[in-house]
Amino acid sequence: MGPGLFCDHCSGFVLLRLRNIPLPALAVAAVVLMGTALALIFFYAPIDADQGLSQKIFYIHVPIALTAYACFAWGAWKAFLHLWKRPPGADLESYVAIHQGVIFGALTLLTGSIWARISWGHWWAWSSNQLVTFLILFLFYSAYFMLRYSVEPGPARANMCAVYALFGVVLIPVSWLSIRIAKDYIHPTVFTTNGPQMSGSMFLAFCVSWAALLTLAGTMYRVELAGKRLDSRLRELRELLA
Amino acid sequence: MSASEKYVAAAYLVVFVAVLAWIAIIAAKLARLERDASELTELARRRAEHADEREKVSV
Repeated sequence: MGPGLFCDHCSGFVLLRLRNIPLPALAVAAVVLMGTALALIFFYAPIDADQGLSQKIFYIHVPIALTAYACFAWGAWKAFLHLWKRPPGADLESYVAIHQGVIFGALTLLTGSIWARISWGHWWAWSSNQLVTFLILFLFYSAYFMLRYSVEPGPARANMCAVYALFGVVLIPVSWLSIRIAKDYIHPTVFTTNGPQMSGSMFLAFCVSWAALLTLAGTMYRVELAGKRLDSRLRELRELLA
Repeated sequence: MSASEKYVAAAYLVVFVAVLAWIAIIAAKLARLERDASELTELARRRAEHADEREKVSV
């Protein structure tokens, strides 16, 4: 295994260390992938025979939802690391990842509602388990910020937030599996045990779109983290100079 | 423009606007950090000048 493939700072086993990629390269990759994804979605992937043009929302809605899950999972992983090995900055990284997750979660709900309106005729369906469990997940992590900003900064706040972030991660598989467990026929199931239920060109457009959104989320995570770190260093400097 | 086209455009536009809003918020934060950094640099410079003057007086 190459040196770039295994994390040394107790960040676990990941395919690539995000922090090793220069931020401008990551941003350029996000823009290129986003452009490629849009070209594939609108000029390469065929129009769905059943849903027609509205199925194109699938290529943005599902990757955004999966990216939100990934952000929440990353935030929970960082929270776990904070509680386990206490590396410096894990609490801040967990907070920023959850913030990204909430942004992508809100976008999932918005794009999903638009798709629901054109496909089902209404903006929301309380009978759909996947929608409701995703809303619960989103509200749970939205409440994370209420907890964080209601406690004085310090180790106690970091520990409380880490425990909260870890509890929330349980909702991810529940949200993902809810449609399969409850046999929900309103919300379509595209990924089954028999593989993706779509043509090769559709699957390619979906994969590129997901890669683009993951790269975009990674870029946003890195930018926000750099801003937060800079802010904290400036605050420290202000205290030293005071 | 058909209804489907309008809804597809709306879905993609929502994402585009959200990313733009995020960029605007980050830009505003960056401007604040830049102001803070300039303020602190000025404070540090004045401190250094003050320390130099004190050294000269004591000599």
